[in-house]
Amino acid sequence: MAKVIVVTSGKGGVGKTTTTAALGAALARTGQKVCVVDFDVGLRNLDLIMGAERRVVYDLINVVQGDAKLPQALIRDKRLDTLSLLPASQTRDKDALTDEGVARVIGELREKFDWVICDSPAGIERGATLAMRHADIAVVVTNPEVSSVRDSDRIIGLLDSKTERAEKGERLEKHLILTRYDPGRAERGEMLKIDDVLEILSIPLLAVIPESEEVLKASNLGSPVTLNAPQSAPARAYADAVRRLKGETVAMTVPSEKRSLLGKLFPRRAA
Amino acid sequence: MTSQTQTRPPIRFRGRSFLAVVLAPEAPIEDWLADLDALARRSPAFFAGRAVILDVTALAPSRDALKDLVAALNEREIPIMGIEGAAAGSLGPGMPPPLNGGRPSGEVAMPGEAPAAPQVERVTGAKSLMLESPVRSGQAILFPEGDVTVMGSVASGAEIIAGGSIHIYGALRGRAIAGAAGSPGARIFCRKFEPELLAIDGLYRIADDIDPTLRGRAVQVWLDGDAMRTAALD
Repeated sequence: MAKVIVVTSGKGGVGKTTTTAALGAALARTGQKVCVVDFDVGLRNLDLIMGAERRVVYDLINVVQGDAKLPQALIRDKRLDTLSLLPASQTRDKDALTDEGVARVIGELREKFDWVICDSPAGIERGATLAMRHADIAVVVTNPEVSSVRDSDRIIGLLDSKTERAEKGERLEKHLILTRYDPGRAERGEMLKIDDVLEILSIPLLAVIPESEEVLKASNLGSPVTLNAPQSAPARAYADAVRRLKGETVAMTVPSEKRSLLGKLFPRRAA
Repeated sequence: MTSQTQTRPPIRFRGRSFLAVVLAPEAPIEDWLADLDALARRSPAFFAGRAVILDVTALAPSRDALKDLVAALNEREIPIMGIEGAAAGSLGPGMPPPLNGGRPSGEVAMPGEAPAAPQVERVTGAKSLMLESPVRSGQAILFPEGDVTVMGSVASGAEIIAGGSIHIYGALRGRAIAGAAGSPGARIFCRKFEPELLAIDGLYRIADDIDPTLRGRAVQVWLDGDAMRTAALD
């Protein structure tokens, strides 16, 4: 039975697209059939992060409106043949998404894949509510920062009221991924601590992704961080998240970069 | 001594604008009334307490037809407070007064297609409302009938409005408005006190004016005359 995950946050720029790509690639590496869907119509980015921007022909809007068939729009990843991307349209806006069309596309994706991961746009408007509408699991991405936490709280409220599962009175699994976390700065009180965020949001923690230059490096190379640098700290955190999503019990740790003694002594070369 | 011969102030006329709902019936009038009935079934209280203006510019009815239309609307308990665009002489005694010079002010939100936010939860029929889950940012709980008890936390940007007291067994980070139905005896209790705004019976206090030593503690809030009192519970 396919599972539909929505990656959402309310606030923009906290790492939804990065998380979608990283979770999708990490799941696909375990042999599961995965499709990542970009719901950010008009501001699509997932194709860039996945390195598929030069292969987009048809998009989600074309499929929703019936102008293209789903297999025509799906882009198979070149590195992992179990991973596919359904890109968003850059030229249209979110009003082009219809409720029935999205329901039909998600239904077709459920038949083809084991996991469907929807990358929600920021905000609480139509695009975001349609992305979460048919989800079985919600992954709420939050930065350890007050505005991000409050926006996530708002999104959790919407997940509990606007999704199909909530309306049917069923339970929607909700998980938190805390991104861009720096244990040192949290200790110095420069950012919220993990416990502070959990106390405010009161949903289970799926992973803590440490702040790392690997994330930006991977984005700019068009490769999910879990493929580009699988041994890096953020990639290991995402891999743990995927094991937890699949039902395994994994002890919660915040991975840190492994550095040799010399690496610690000489972290950067002077210009 | 105050003088008894103080001149009375002249009668002053003030202008004031109100938002009225404008109904513009279209022919055939039977179908239009049927649509109106369907709307009234979806939300029975839509016209209750609203000022309604009848715009008959498009319909241009005869004097009798207009009389029938007003009667049909009155039958549906839609009181017409003025008629716009009626032909001269078609409004006699017993009919609402003519109006003109109205300025459009946008659509009035229709029930059923109401905007998604802010989400308002309202429960009636009991004197106490029990919420088992946390109240999330952007949620507004409106319960003018009595007390509200929240087992979780009330997030920053959330709002509880209760006719009676408010009990929060988590952290209060949003707004708590107690005694909204005019009861100064209402109180606010919470386990962790980090509110954005407190109000009891219309008297309010913002976060900046709240004693910082109480932050994070279990606190109760009550009214002592016109003063708002806060005290730690532990």
